[in-house]
Amino acid sequence: MNRMNTVNSRQDQVIEEFDMFSDWMEKYEHIIEIGKELSPMLEDEKVEDNLIKGCQSRVWLSAKRNTAGEVVFGADSDAIITKGLVALMVRVLSNSQASEIAAADLYFLEQIGLHAHLSSTRSNGLASMVKQMKMYGLVYSARS
Amino acid sequence: MVGKDENTYDVQEIRRDFPILERQVNGHPLVYLDSAASAQKPRAVIESQREYLSHFHSNIHRGAHALATQATDAFEGARETVRNHFNASKTSEIVFTSGATDSINLVASTWGRSNLTSDSIILLTRLEHHSNIVPWQILANEIGCKIEVVDVLPDGSLDQINFEKKLALKPKLVCFSHVSNTLGTINDVKYYTELAHKVGSCVLIDGSQAAPHCLVDFQDLDCDFYACSGHKMYGPTGIGILYGKQELFESMPPWRGGGEMISSVSFEDPTTFNIPPYKFEAGTPNISGAIGLGHAISWMNSVGVEKIAAHERALTEYAHKKLLAIEGLKIYGTADHKAGVVSFLIDGTHPADLGTLLDQLGIAVRTGSHCTEPLMKWLGVSGTVRASFAAYTSFEEIDALVAGLERAVKMLR
Repeated sequence: MNRMNTVNSRQDQVIEEFDMFSDWMEKYEHIIEIGKELSPMLEDEKVEDNLIKGCQSRVWLSAKRNTAGEVVFGADSDAIITKGLVALMVRVLSNSQASEIAAADLYFLEQIGLHAHLSSTRSNGLASMVKQMKMYGLVYSARS
Repeated sequence: MVGKDENTYDVQEIRRDFPILERQVNGHPLVYLDSAASAQKPRAVIESQREYLSHFHSNIHRGAHALATQATDAFEGARETVRNHFNASKTSEIVFTSGATDSINLVASTWGRSNLTSDSIILLTRLEHHSNIVPWQILANEIGCKIEVVDVLPDGSLDQINFEKKLALKPKLVCFSHVSNTLGTINDVKYYTELAHKVGSCVLIDGSQAAPHCLVDFQDLDCDFYACSGHKMYGPTGIGILYGKQELFESMPPWRGGGEMISSVSFEDPTTFNIPPYKFEAGTPNISGAIGLGHAISWMNSVGVEKIAAHERALTEYAHKKLLAIEGLKIYGTADHKAGVVSFLIDGTHPADLGTLLDQLGIAVRTGSHCTEPLMKWLGVSGTVRASFAAYTSFEEIDALVAGLERAVKMLR
């Protein structure tokens, strides 16, 4: 597999997946479903240190490296739609090389019509989470 | 359905005055239930901005030309409209600020700095908006004085016994909201002002949520300071009012320097300052904002503030009844006297999710802590959904909210 395209091919899969939905309700139902299916974060990772504070909902994010040297993210949120969006982020970025995460151009949210969730008015922690994920990418790529 | 006051209050006619209410959001007619954050603007206010900017914009108070005279007359005319509306005794007691937050910061920075010392106490309440907490915390940190906080009762009203107990500490300054922005509680501010004055305290009232919804009489309240924002009372953003008693305004040092607040400037002799209210209006003021606020107040009076208040009471009562029919819904703030604010949570759902799904249906509510984190902490929640009403809110919009919530709950649970 072409390593540099991992993140983009996952984004394209998400875009394709969301193309199936004709209205917002189906789209949100799907996000809620994805949120519900996100594997629960380990309790010892769901701690203050991993909390990304937003005004409206809380997001937890943890990162570690697997034996292949890829960055693996764990995430959670107390709001289910945010959790669904967080799960999409994890799906796109987790198990990738640190440098790829740091350089990723996340176009899928705009393509599936959910970029408003990254706007500052939402204050839901998602935008901060994306920044934090990229920061982990930078830190880990500097270490390798 | 027909609301109680439909016979005397034609909400559809009022809605026609607000062009924004004709728009669609996400393919649905806009249902704007976020008026406590900011009210929409009637045509008279919109037109006033266009007219001012197209015909008589100029700097005020000093120009030697016709436009300056016209703009000054309109600006000072707006101050008189404000004075008359709130029954202040003089226009010199009305300072134009950028909003209630600015008004409170002005008092903290001038009256506060010159009257409070390290052994002073500032008394606040747990109901307060951050804007009526943080300026006092900054000041308290600076001068080393103490902040005491009045408790709230489970229904969202102030704990009167606790209030009296805290007043026994003889606070130099007591600050409380007229109406809670989160719970809608209308506090008996006249009574609390009287109690505070008995122990010699100075009283500041945050009237941001009261000014749009009830008749406020500064002389009758006898408060020392009253702060409110223009944009919540159908006026433009960036304009607000600080009322202060004449003798206080005279004794207070100026805050920001420059422009109209100056009497005479010298490098050799002491620089002297203008008289109130100009002493506190440094720089070119928000002329268009003040004019717009004047028109907003005139618009409110053309409908009748008491009529608007009665309509909002009927809406609030209706909303309580309809919302409580939703399984697992809990209302926060159930005091007897409430303005048009309903804060709630629904079991098994997060307020942010409800807000997101309502938005998809064109329904605008506020979710989160509403800038009242200490109150949220006391309520034991991280946030609520808040629906808030204004003169133009219809009973049908509350029905739309209830239907939207039912749909959202089905998706989320």
